[in-house]
Order: sequence, then structure tokens, then C-alpha cells
Amino acid sequence: MTRLAVPKTYKLYIGGKFPRSESGRTYEVLTKKGEFLANAALASRKDARDAVVAARAAVAGWSGATGYNRGQVLYRIAELLEGRRDQFADELVLTEAVSRAAALRQVDTAIDVWVWYAGWADKYVQVAGNGNPVSGPYFNISTPEATGVVAIIAPQGADSLVGLASVLAPAIVTGNTVVVVASQAFPLSAISLSEVLATSDVPGGVVNVLTGSPAEMAPWLAGHGDVNALDLAGAETLDWVELQVIAADTLKRVLPPQSGTPGPSLERITFFTETKTVWHTKSLI
Amino acid sequence: MNFLDYAPAPESTSLLHLKKSYGLFIDGEFVKGHGKPFLTISPATEERIAEVANANAKDVDTAVAAARRAYERTWSKLSGADRGKYLFRIARLVQERARELAVAESLDNGKPIKESRDVDVPLVAAWFFYYAGWADKLDYAGLGSSPRALGVAAQVIPWNFPLLMLAWKIAPALAAGNTVVIKPAETTPLSALIFAEILQQADLPAGVVNILTGAGDTGEALVNHPDVNKVAFTGSTAVGRAIAKSVAGSGKKVTLELGGKAANIIFDDAPIDQAIEGTVNGIFFNQGHVCCAGSRLLVQENVHDDVVERLKARLSTLRMGDPLDKNTDIGAINSREQLDRIRELSDIGEAEGADRWSAPCVIPDKGFWFAPTIFDNVSTSHRIAREEVFGPVLSILTFRTPAEAIAKANNTPYGLSAGIWSDKGSKILAVADQLRAGVVWANTFNRFDPASPFGGYKESGYGREGGRHGLAAYLESSGWSSAPSRVETGKAQK
Repeated sequence: MTRLAVPKTYKLYIGGKFPRSESGRTYEVLTKKGEFLANAALASRKDARDAVVAARAAVAGWSGATGYNRGQVLYRIAELLEGRRDQFADELVLTEAVSRAAALRQVDTAIDVWVWYAGWADKYVQVAGNGNPVSGPYFNISTPEATGVVAIIAPQGADSLVGLASVLAPAIVTGNTVVVVASQAFPLSAISLSEVLATSDVPGGVVNVLTGSPAEMAPWLAGHGDVNALDLAGAETLDWVELQVIAADTLKRVLPPQSGTPGPSLERITFFTETKTVWHTKSLI
Repeated sequence: MNFLDYAPAPESTSLLHLKKSYGLFIDGEFVKGHGKPFLTISPATEERIAEVANANAKDVDTAVAAARRAYERTWSKLSGADRGKYLFRIARLVQERARELAVAESLDNGKPIKESRDVDVPLVAAWFFYYAGWADKLDYAGLGSSPRALGVAAQVIPWNFPLLMLAWKIAPALAAGNTVVIKPAETTPLSALIFAEILQQADLPAGVVNILTGAGDTGEALVNHPDVNKVAFTGSTAVGRAIAKSVAGSGKKVTLELGGKAANIIFDDAPIDQAIEGTVNGIFFNQGHVCCAGSRLLVQENVHDDVVERLKARLSTLRMGDPLDKNTDIGAINSREQLDRIRELSDIGEAEGADRWSAPCVIPDKGFWFAPTIFDNVSTSHRIAREEVFGPVLSILTFRTPAEAIAKANNTPYGLSAGIWSDKGSKILAVADQLRAGVVWANTFNRFDPASPFGGYKESGYGREGGRHGLAAYLESSGWSSAPSRVETGKAQK
């Protein structure tokens, strides 16, 4: 007799927990051929706001961790992904209708993206900051630090696992916490990635994953007073100029949309940081 | 006569050679504006200084076109070394004409001559000198090799440090290879117009810097001009917000230097004498017309009474009056409009229950004046603890623990600057780590330097001015804005 499989219920990831949408809504995730794969949660405005609360609560701990610590946590994500290569590849084969070899290559790329960014955790401050030779008896140093809560519209196309890694890793490596709206058409790997995050020493609330409609959630995130920055990477097909206008009310830092998957870059890291300059007097001896 | 009384020692205005009226500075020449000209007055006497042209949308077009031409034909073709030499020339000319610029600034703005002479103008020269040296070293600015200039920069500056803000804007823009159209504030155009003469003396190629005088509508036309690549604004958060909205989706790179409500924290182990001096400098420097002013004094509860008593004693020795008098500590409020705003918020402070005290000083008959004022027993919900007064008004709050001080300091939508006073270095560094502010002064306040980045967190704006970071605000990395490199993932179907 063949064994009857046990399908997974795909839910949201908020504050380290896996709730259903408070709205009770779901939407069907289909294969390329239109076959039913799963019901994903259709997150609501309330879910988005709950996610922001969880993200804000996690800022102090995560941004207060040492760079070495954050680097190890990000590297741990890569380690766990490596161990689940097959699971993620299976999911990508189903959702993105790619060959198994291509799916495995995508998983490997995602792992490498996490490793690349993990290494920056204790280095970006040295590269983007500096001591300043001011004209006077002062110690003066400029260092970048996390902006706070970053809301992200993840790349919406295929390559969903790499797309997600390419926006998540640069935002959290500096100590930001994140509310990310996953790819609407390919949300399953985002939720599976949440399972990796939940078991890889990433504190709850540092990454919060919403599935559903970016068009519905983005305006609420853009206008939310407790969100510091907005990454519109995957908002190309939305009315992103209007989102930028809404975000201007609270003077959010806004990264405009990009077509395709953002490549690894230091600029992506430093965009979501603030430079703090500290002066201290020196005695005249 | 007691030891606080001084005979007047006014700086002579004879070295000023002001014209009766000034045109717009476009394409290297002074030309007539097409808007209705306006007067610039001395806020200390309300007397007319000069008539100034008013740029309308057509003038903005002409100026942006001149800047574009200069960018394409001249400035972008020049070597970095030569751009740097022009900036060095400007720095030297500012030094040569320093006294004249200081007198003009104090006359037009109302700030004490000792500040314009010893702070504003020397920093202007320093700013040009610092960025001059960057012009041929852009490869080392941290943006990879051969970073690109952006093109034409639209810059709008405030009235509190008219010439210094002009230097903060123009020096890095030119060093990076951009050309500029800049609009000084409506109430303080004078020093920018003298600066235009300096540009002529420096033989700066026509159109590289264009100076448009005018009011808010001129600034609006400028930042919204479609042929502008960069917008840099210093001013109120309200206008900053409007600019962020209007340029959304335009691809213009934006730097916003907006309001602040800085906490200045005095711990009980602080060197109290220095802390008092620093606090006075922090909020009463430039009549409190400083976006990074230490307008909220957070005092540890057990030293509160001592600090307030010493503050009052020190404030009672400040001399208010003629900005051109070398003895003057507190000059005139820049405009009637600003004076009304300060009065309104101060009255609200009193009505909300805070204890008001003003330094006893004689208010001159003419001009705009506001005595140094402190409010004690202020709570975090009071409007004088939340809104930027932009005047010589200090709100005093207390705290018991470092954690409470940090929580109160960060309890504001602003995040421009902060101060910490303590003799314990480890405490200072720990508190500085927790403050959400772009500039933290420890055992000092209101220090500025061209090598030191300045700018805000949260609703105090974004981008930095000063240092390597200030240069980067006028450049783009050659790898960044072009099509991003796609991660190689083999064949992925759409």
C-alpha cells in the first residue's frame, strides 16, 4: 500500500510564531499548470500591523547584539538551508516549474547569498564608518548602525528563494528587523524559510513574513509610523510612486523597485543604516 | 558701572560696499529677476539693507539650463585637480573677505558678530578648503573606482547660518563634479550675493554656480524642476516632507537636513561648570536658531536645583543687543514671523504649566528680540518638549537613571543631535550607543567641522553633510544605479 502524504499548512511568521491570518483568509497557491498546491494565508492590514509591533520589539536585542554574533546567526541560516536542500528544491520544482537541477542551483545560490552577507556583520562598520580629523581637541568617530524596522516587498518573480535572501540578509545583517511581504505567486519557500529562521537562533520578531497581496499591504506598511524604512525591491508592478509619497509623511528611507533579483551589494546594507557621529572632548595636557 | 557693563564696541560697516539692489546670479552674471523684488532688512533695527530680485519659474528654468550647460560643456570635462583648484581659490577669497562677510551676515541675520566672525565665516572657508582636496580623490571616497557626479544639484538653504549652509551645499557638490542652482532664504540673501562676487573673482566658469533669491515658491519651482538630478534641502521638517513627496518617483537623489529637538543630558557626575557653559552654548548660540540646538535639558534629579540655579546666574550675565557689537552674546531674532512663533510656543509652555523664567535684559525699542528663557518642570507631553521652538527657549526635564534619560531623549520623532555630560567615559559611550541621533556631543555641544558628518535619524531627515559621507551624497557609485548584477542561478523560468 502506498502511504498517504501529510501536507503542510502554510501560515504566517510573526514574532517567532506561526499564526494564521487574523482575518481567516487564505488564497490558493497553484503550480504552473494550475494544479492546487496549498492554501497560503492571505495576510490582512491587522497582520501587517502585528508584524510591525513584533519587529519593533525585536530591534533593541538584535541591533544590540555584537556583529560577530549576528554574523554567526546568519551563517547558521546558511547551514540549516544546506541541510534542507532537498526540501527547498522539491518546493521550487513544484512552484516555479523548474528542473530539479535548476532548483538545486537556486537553493545553493540562496545559501551563498546568506554566507556572503553573514561575513559583513562585523565589517560593514569599518568600511562605511571612519574617524574624523576635526580641527580641535576632539575625539570624533562616525559609525553606521541599523535604521530600525524595515518593511520589504520581496521580489515577486521566480527565483523566489534567492530573491527573498537577497533582500532579507542585507537588511538584518546590521541589526534591523524586518516585515517582509513574500512573493504572492511563489510564497511557499518564504514560509519554509521561516521554519529555518525559527530554528536557527534568529530571535523571534527579527524577521516577520507575510504572505498575500503586496498591493493590499504595502500602503499600510508605507504609512506606518513605526516603520523606519521601505524596500520596494519587488514593488515594480505596484503604484510604487504613491507608496513613496505615503512614506514621505514619516520621512522613511525608501529604496525604489528593481527588476529581477538584487545582486549582492554593500550599498544594500548601508542604505538601511544611519551614520552616527560622536564627538568627545580631549583634555589639554 | 559694574564689571558686566561694557562700553559699546560696534564693528564698523564701512568695509561693506553694498549695492542698492541685487539681481539674480545666473550664468556668471547678475541679471534682473522676473518676480516682484523684495527688501532685505536688518532684524535688529528693521531698517532696509537692500532690494533683492525675486526669481520666478522662468528664472528657475534659465538658471537650471545654465547649470546644465555648464555641467555638460565645462565642469564635467574639467579634471578633478582643476575643480579642486577653483575650490581652493574660493576658500582663500572667503578668508580674504572674511570680515566683510561677517559684518554682512550679522547685519542681515541678526547674529552676534563674535559668532559670524569666529564661527560661521571661518567654517565657510574650512568647508571649501576641505572639499577642494577631495575633488581629485573621488576614487578613495568609498564608492568604488570612478564614482559619477549626479549632474545639476538644486539646493535650498535656511536663514539661520546663511553663508555656512551655502558652503555645506556648494563645496561637496562642486568637488564631486556637479553644478549648482542654490536658493538662499528669503530673509537672509545678502551674504550669498557677496559670495557671487567672490565666484566672479575666482573666475569660476559661468553657470557652475547659480544663485536665485526668492521665497518658498522659488524653492518649490527649483526642487521640482525636471532637469535637476539632486535635491539638497535644509529647513523645517514640514517643508522636507513636502519635498520628499514632490520628488517621489523622480529618481532625484535627495538629502534632507530637517528639524530637531535635541536632548542634552547632564548626569550628576558631570563637570558642572563646563556643562553649564555647554548648555548655554547648546541652546542660546545663534539665538537658538539651530536645528541641532540642545533644546531639551535632561538633568539628573539630584543635581537639578544646582544646575538650574547656575544656569540662571550664567544667563543673567549674557548681553543682548546690537549684533554688530563685539560684546554682544545674544543678537536679534531673524524675523517677525519667527519671533511670533517663539512667543506663541512660550505662551503655550506657560499655559501648560511649566515654570517660565527669562533672563533680565533690556529689550531694544526696534527690531525683533526675545530674552533667553528657560522652562522648568517640563513634562514630556508639553508642546515645548515636543515641538521645535527654534529660538532661545530651553525646556528642563529630570531623570533618575541612565535608562530613563535614554528613553526620554529618544521620545521624539526627531533624531538630529544629542549631548551627554559626565566624567565617566564608559557611561558616555554606553549612552551614546543608545541615543537615536546622528550627532552626539559628549562634554561639548554645537561643534561643527567639515571633516565630521552631520545629519539626522528618523524625521530629522536623511543623508549626511560633512566628511566623506557628505561627498557621497553628491556621487553615485559606478556599479550601483546601473542594472544590478543578477545572481547566477542557472536556468530559471518566468
